[in-house]
Amino acid sequence: MTDTKYSPVIGAEIHIELKTKSKMFCGCVNNPFGADKPNIYTCPVCLGLPGALPVPNKKAIEDCLLIGLALNCKIANVSKFDRKHYFYPDLPKGYQISQYDEPFCQNGYLETSQGRVGITRVHMEEDTAKLLHSTLDGKKVTLVDFNRSGVPLVEIVTEPDIKNAEQAKELLKKIRDIVRALGVSDCDMEKGSMRLECNISLTESSSLPPYKVEVKNINSFRYFANSITYEIARQTEILSAGKLPVQETRGYRADTNSTVSQRTKEEAADYRYFPEPDIPPLLFPKAYTESIRARLPLLPSDRISSLVTQGVSQKSAELIAKNESLANLLSEIGAIDASLIAHAANLLVNKKISSRESASTIVDTIRRSNSSRISDPSVLEPIVDKVIKDNKQVVFEYQSGKLGVLGYLMSFVMKETSGKADAKIASELLKKKLK
Amino acid sequence: MAGTKISIADVTHLARLANLPLDEERKKILVDQIATVYEYVDTLEKTDTSAVPETNQVAGLTNVWREDELDESRMLTQSQALQNAKITANGYFVVPAVLE
Amino acid sequence: MLLDRQITELLAGYRDGSIDPVLVIEEAYANIKAHSQNLNTLISVVDKEKALKELSLLDKNLPLYGIPYVLKDSYVTPEIRTTCASKLLDDYVSPYSATVHQKLKNAGAILLAKGNQDAWGHGASTENSDYGMGKNPYDPERVVGGSSGGPAAAVALRMCSFAIGEDTGGSIRNPAAWNNILGLRVTYGRVSRYGCVAYASSMDTVGPFAKSAEDLAVVLGIIAGLDKYDATSSPEPVPDYAKAISTPLKKLKIGIADDMFGPGLDSEIAKNTRAFGSVLESMGCQLTSVSLPIAEVALAAYYIIAPSETSSNLARYDAVRYGGTRDLFSQETMRRIMIGSYDLSSGYYDAYYRKALKIRTILIETFKQAFKQCDVILMPENPIMPPKLGDLISDPLANMLADLYNTSVSLIGSPAIVVPSGFHANGLPIGVQLVGQKFEEATLLNLAHAYQAKTSWHLTKPAILEKKV
Repeated sequence: MTDTKYSPVIGAEIHIELKTKSKMFCGCVNNPFGADKPNIYTCPVCLGLPGALPVPNKKAIEDCLLIGLALNCKIANVSKFDRKHYFYPDLPKGYQISQYDEPFCQNGYLETSQGRVGITRVHMEEDTAKLLHSTLDGKKVTLVDFNRSGVPLVEIVTEPDIKNAEQAKELLKKIRDIVRALGVSDCDMEKGSMRLECNISLTESSSLPPYKVEVKNINSFRYFANSITYEIARQTEILSAGKLPVQETRGYRADTNSTVSQRTKEEAADYRYFPEPDIPPLLFPKAYTESIRARLPLLPSDRISSLVTQGVSQKSAELIAKNESLANLLSEIGAIDASLIAHAANLLVNKKISSRESASTIVDTIRRSNSSRISDPSVLEPIVDKVIKDNKQVVFEYQSGKLGVLGYLMSFVMKETSGKADAKIASELLKKKLK
Repeated sequence: MAGTKISIADVTHLARLANLPLDEERKKILVDQIATVYEYVDTLEKTDTSAVPETNQVAGLTNVWREDELDESRMLTQSQALQNAKITANGYFVVPAVLE
Repeated sequence: MLLDRQITELLAGYRDGSIDPVLVIEEAYANIKAHSQNLNTLISVVDKEKALKELSLLDKNLPLYGIPYVLKDSYVTPEIRTTCASKLLDDYVSPYSATVHQKLKNAGAILLAKGNQDAWGHGASTENSDYGMGKNPYDPERVVGGSSGGPAAAVALRMCSFAIGEDTGGSIRNPAAWNNILGLRVTYGRVSRYGCVAYASSMDTVGPFAKSAEDLAVVLGIIAGLDKYDATSSPEPVPDYAKAISTPLKKLKIGIADDMFGPGLDSEIAKNTRAFGSVLESMGCQLTSVSLPIAEVALAAYYIIAPSETSSNLARYDAVRYGGTRDLFSQETMRRIMIGSYDLSSGYYDAYYRKALKIRTILIETFKQAFKQCDVILMPENPIMPPKLGDLISDPLANMLADLYNTSVSLIGSPAIVVPSGFHANGLPIGVQLVGQKFEEATLLNLAHAYQAKTSWHLTKPAILEKKV
């Protein structure tokens, strides 16, 4: 139940771990989830040892640009890294190399069924170490593992354009599917390669509300939607009582399906950003950006619309777009004979033909069945007449209003023609004659 | 800014930002010393920089990056990574519990 | 002393058998034993047997075979601790080697010790050290200079053939002048900073100390060059510096800025600097006047940028992976961290850090104009002679002003060499500063070499070396 007096103002912050071979600023193994021991994938750079220096990973940067382009962003002509300072045991240098005022990508958007959601920015940063809580000699301690320190992280920030939980889920799924289609990350929330944060507040008017609640610890799209629902209710109650919700960070609790206050965000942290002196600036001339754009594979949305244009049903197109191998197979079939795409899609989706067959085999199969298909009405008419004559009881039922029995009559036509009758034409003929 | 005045409160705030443990006596000395430095630094106000762009690097380089390859020569073993830590346990670095 | 000789002489002697490299190393250790403790020159000394063992395994044909050297204790070395002169790193042993150290090692040079310094590079005197205040070999009641005071003194005291220091705001140039040796601040990016504990990342440079320009040239040829581990290191090709030294001196135009000779400059140093110019003139160079009214402005900008960058670079010392706790930082270091944090904090960034970056642009332009009139700029190095121990560190303003002629060069990233140019009435050495355009180290070395051929200041050694132990 939504109180129509207040409209939700929702934004998302998504962190994506890239699956490059090596880390963002050094040549260490990028596989924190797969490491069987702590602190085995480190070097002076990602361990933050005295004297170490960062050198950026070119592929990671280009992966970030691909994501930005896929999200319709403008790519910066000039960009740089910045240092973001704060103290925490998971941050070895006492600062994170990130991007502040000149991110790689800005001003993008994604369409959803409920309208467009703006993408404020897509930028690069390095991941932090992992913290584990434990006890040692009876005392509570925190254990630190730097295998994850320095892993390339892309941060996507949306405009607060999200209207409700459903749209949020749709958007997140879309982003995930796009990033997966680009092949730059698994976006696996269980492995931590995709992390979500939600910003939510309510407004009565069209202006931005004077507070913002940040929700963290969201481990799935469903929980993201749930936290929105919970927060809308919680904030509505506070606002209706004439008060203002506290500007704070809250954590989502799956067990109680609620959010709990973590700390107040009254004073924005002073990160003392300044341009990273150890890394020269990055220039992306138009030609370079276009060469990256040329590498964009067909994205899910593009694939779907392309298939639909070629006669595939929306539902089938969506299924196919999610399946990389199926989509590729159809592409290959289309390259041989584009007119067969719709038919092939139908057969594959309904598993009437195996997707393990090669494109050329499938094309041959369809062509053979098409060529032997009886679609000449003058040939079919006598067969239809015969079926009508031989099944007077079924015909009587059809003419009495039981339209569903047409299928039964159709099956006789198919039997008479050994399955070769063109179903559409045969059924048209039957209907005409039974009127 | 002419006459930059840094108070004990400022020093306390900065010490927290910079994670520096400072006792009151050290803070007092610092306030005076810092004031001296700013007396000199504030003279920069006299130089007009309104139309001047910033230069944050003098290396004169752009687009310096590396291929996405592993570098075995710099990889540290677990024991090397841990070798200078005061407290470790089962391959982890250990710190007092942080609140989450 | 054997260590009075230049590197090429020693190498020739090793190869034709007339000089025993073991004796050179033993002489070095004898000098270390005699003076290091009294003068707080070194922080850690490699075991002599280990050094000799290393020598015995080396190929005689290596370009720096058997040549002993000292590293400032801000270069990480896996074979011996690196403290940066701070108790916070008292027991830190790096698992990796600084590029400069690795290159020298690969060339056959032998590390004997880590030199004392101002902790983290913070200082111009080596008073800010947790391992004892560095004392000047020419007068142990006075400071040795800094922040690379230890390595500079080690060369002067024949504890090594050459040393590697680090110059951010004058930390090689200052102690070179106060110890009667040469010091070279390279073009920013000429030598890799990988493995050099960072002070101010946009200004830190790695450079050599030696008794002659020829020695500097030989060492520079080994340590210069692109390093894939340092994204700010330059792909500029490395010339044959040793060859460049011996080409005849070109008729260079030497620029002198009267702006530099203000009231803060010791009058004898001023006279000495101008006299140096006259010697260059007699060698065929042409003196010309340039405009550089920028020393104070550069100093102020430096004291925004350097503390800002150091407050950031020292953030990693959190005692989690290495080192002690942050209360071990000295007063001087804490002050710089606080100032840096203030200059970068929100609300103040524009007035300080951003402003200083704009001043840097102005300095670059000013020097560009000056270099239209000349090839090399002659400047004083230190405005004062070495103060008595304890004076500089207790006076923040005087401490800052010691860098007066250094910081402009640091901010623009140009190279500069300090050359021994005479002695003060008080018996202490004076050195002048020659500033070149970017990547013109060969020009500076060539000029210094020619000057040294005409003079003998650099041959003077500290009197204590002559004394019997």
